Amino acid sequence: MKIIVLIKQVPDSTDVKIDPVTNTLKREGVASIINPFDMYAIEEAIRIRERFGEGEVVALTMGPPQAEEALREAISMGCDRGILVSDRKFAGSDTWATSYTLSQAIRKIDDFSVVFCGKQASDGDTAQVGPGVSMHLDIPQVTYVKKIDKIDKGSATVERMTEEGFDIIETPLPAVFTVVKEINEPRLPSLKGKMRAKKAEIRKMSADELSCEEDKIGLDGSPTRVSKVFSPPPRGGGRVLEGEPEEVSRELTGLLKDIVIG
Amino acid sequence: MDYLLTEEQKMIKDLCRQIAEEKIKPVAAEYDEKNEFPWDIVKVMAESDIMGIYIPEEYGGMGGGVMDLAIATEELSWGCGGISLAFAASGLGTFPIILFGNEEQKKKYLPRIASGTIAAFALTEAEAGSDAGGIKTTAVKDGDHYILNGTKQWITNGGEAEVYSVVAMTDRKKGARGASAFIVEKDMPGVSFGKKEDKLGIRGSATREVIFTDCRVPKENLLGREGLGFIVAMKTFDHSRPGVAAQAVGIAQRALDEAVKYAHERRQFGTTISSFQGVQFMLADMAIQTEAARAIVYSAARMIDSGAKDIAKVSAMCKTFASDTAMKVTTDAVQVFGGYGYMKEYPAEKLMRDAKITQIYEGTNQIQRGVIASALIKESLAK
Repeated sequence: MKIIVLIKQVPDSTDVKIDPVTNTLKREGVASIINPFDMYAIEEAIRIRERFGEGEVVALTMGPPQAEEALREAISMGCDRGILVSDRKFAGSDTWATSYTLSQAIRKIDDFSVVFCGKQASDGDTAQVGPGVSMHLDIPQVTYVKKIDKIDKGSATVERMTEEGFDIIETPLPAVFTVVKEINEPRLPSLKGKMRAKKAEIRKMSADELSCEEDKIGLDGSPTRVSKVFSPPPRGGGRVLEGEPEEVSRELTGLLKDIVIG
Repeated sequence: MDYLLTEEQKMIKDLCRQIAEEKIKPVAAEYDEKNEFPWDIVKVMAESDIMGIYIPEEYGGMGGGVMDLAIATEELSWGCGGISLAFAASGLGTFPIILFGNEEQKKKYLPRIASGTIAAFALTEAEAGSDAGGIKTTAVKDGDHYILNGTKQWITNGGEAEVYSVVAMTDRKKGARGASAFIVEKDMPGVSFGKKEDKLGIRGSATREVIFTDCRVPKENLLGREGLGFIVAMKTFDHSRPGVAAQAVGIAQRALDEAVKYAHERRQFGTTISSFQGVQFMLADMAIQTEAARAIVYSAARMIDSGAKDIAKVSAMCKTFASDTAMKVTTDAVQVFGGYGYMKEYPAEKLMRDAKITQIYEGTNQIQRGVIASALIKESLAK
């Protein structure tokens, strides 16, 4: 079974700088890590390959040349190979353009069964790229997967986390699964993995090679415009009502009436 | 300081630090408190290929030497000087097989150990500590077997290990030349485990009596030949002492790191205590001593890996210097922490407790100094 894992290199810092001109994140010069949610995606993909005893896990990322490090780290954990989608033309991509570009790269990989992603990235927090990829590829998606109950080459049964509990979803494959941290505990790299990762050849794909339509990539292909980035004002301190239930509820009703009726 | 580590050694260092930081450090205080064996960490180390670092590649290991073992032990001990012993003391139990095992023995045991089976070394007895010649455990040949009887004391990894390298007397009349070494498996008939020790430090490690009662060990499990027991023990210690020294360096480094961090946070007289020269000088001395200890450990480890013959002296030197350093640096760390250093909520007191054993085991530092002095005298006479 061939499994693709989409990963993203994100800044390992809360001190993220924003480009004042483009209003996008400045990534150069900041220590980087694999998006923490993607680690669960990598782990689940490797576990499935191990369960089947055969197959291939391909780590795929889009980013600047330095994103190669993230792919090598994925290989050190047990991914078989890495593909870096990188081109100056992709700069400034929003989630729509990114998912389009990634889906073009996925089309180059034959006969895959699952595309795993973390539920969202820790920098942008949009949770849109996984679902976007599934739409561009026109294959099913299950988001917030917390458990794979059953999987074979043609179909899978998975548990999708919801606020109240979970849904059990059966889906044909190939499909896109975005995973939550409840799904597993990611392993650490192994020494043999690190050595393999150091030597591994990272396949690079450019915009031309992916036959991307120019108006669908990069800043120009991105419908999103960031008009302003700001920190929301801190919430005011709440007030705790104490006392007997009856007394407290009477006070609360009074307060609510004051707010509503004013 | 740049020790010109190879690419592989850098990987070992990074990975072991990651394990120490992410897996060991968060649970170290709990294992210290509970005095339990860290099986979950052993599993992590085995899956990351750490357990086989010093085992030759043809037997499923990473093919590293004493230097690689030292680097790994240092970093793991930075996380916890007790938990790291599951790895390091397994190395101690494995060296007799690597150094003296025949092809069959190596094929049978080394791949298992590389993949996470724990080993242990069983020499010490109640009446035979520094004076290892005083061991009373006997091994009597009986057809295709040796029958072992006796009690080994303070065996690190005892009870948890599957494979034991055991030294027993095959011919008491010959004294030290009458000892032999055997590979004994945990589930061989006649192996049992006694008292589990309640220790001052390294409480995240198991220290236990190993008891042999008419224990039948196949004669194929004799290491080398009869009478080699003490040679096996001494050569093993020559290779393993840099590991103890590295454990000490890891503990010292952690104490230094914690002390610097704390000195920068703790405020007295309206400023951080790191601004006081009295504290600054302590921190500087701790750093100098720790770095010097690391340098001597790495030098000794590299010399041993180079195949040099007379390694007893450097091996003893690095163990003595690094362990004395760890004791001093951890004691100073407690001092930098002041009253908080004496409390269990802070990491300093555990480091001091963990450091103490490194001056005692695998040959007390007094015995080490004896080894060094005899080497000096021998060298002088040879001139």
